[in-house]
Amino acid sequence: MEAIAFYLFAILTIVMFTYTVMSNQALYALSSMAAGMIFISAFFFLLGADFLGVVQIIVYTGAVMALYAFGMMFFDSTREVRENNSPKIVVLTLSALSAVLIIAIVVAPIIGDNIAALYPQSEFVSNPKAVGIVLFTKYLVPFEVAAVMLLVAMIAGIVLAGKKMDRSLTQMKEEEIALLKNNDSEGKVTL
Amino acid sequence: MMEIGLTHYLVLATILFAIGLVGVLRRKNLLLLFMASEILLNSVNVAFAAIGHYLGDLTGQMFAFFVIAIAASEVAVGLGLLIVWYKRTGSIDLDTLTSMRG
Repeated sequence: MEAIAFYLFAILTIVMFTYTVMSNQALYALSSMAAGMIFISAFFFLLGADFLGVVQIIVYTGAVMALYAFGMMFFDSTREVRENNSPKIVVLTLSALSAVLIIAIVVAPIIGDNIAALYPQSEFVSNPKAVGIVLFTKYLVPFEVAAVMLLVAMIAGIVLAGKKMDRSLTQMKEEEIALLKNNDSEGKVTL
Repeated sequence: MMEIGLTHYLVLATILFAIGLVGVLRRKNLLLLFMASEILLNSVNVAFAAIGHYLGDLTGQMFAFFVIAIAASEVAVGLGLLIVWYKRTGSIDLDTLTSMRG
């Protein structure tokens, strides 16, 4: 049963992501990537990481995909995307790299047999509860740092993409910035 | 049918990572390039969750959570920068970004 689910979702995910990478239509790439993200969450449910699967669906297909859809509408990239043909040497290097990666990954579990679990999963606690316990005890500081990072990212997004700021240095040409500096005799540039 | 082990998941993660790598090398449109980088992050998440499950350890899931947080903030900042660039140049093609002549 688990094997059937694994192979089904593996094939679906690979097909969806291949289509995302190879498609010339931005809309099709976006849709297939959203589908691939939901199929990825199926692996998390198979692995017993329920909370991670739910977060995957909420964050990726809820937030990140909405952002990409917004960006696609803004950039008007619904027309066909042209790509330059890569030279043969790139394809060759990429294939060699992938092959080496696969070999390393298949060999890695054999080498790492003697690794002990740092925070063992308990049989008596459900997965979201166990995640909460570990996240708010052992990983509290990284959790807070991640929260600050998300706040910084939010402010950065607002500042960069905000519409009402008619005087934004990031949107001016270099000449305009120089002109602004010359006009301000005290040398103070108000942002 | 064979039982699904850690190796199955790791091979799947590698295949997904290779697909994302192909996308990163192939794309010239910056928005679609970001999408390919999301595929890279997702494949690593699958590997983290699988290793954590087969070792009976929650650390893999913790790392996957932080990777998701980083991916979300990367998209927010990246799209903001793309919007600024699009307002300035009217194009998000990667070839227009080559302003430094080395």
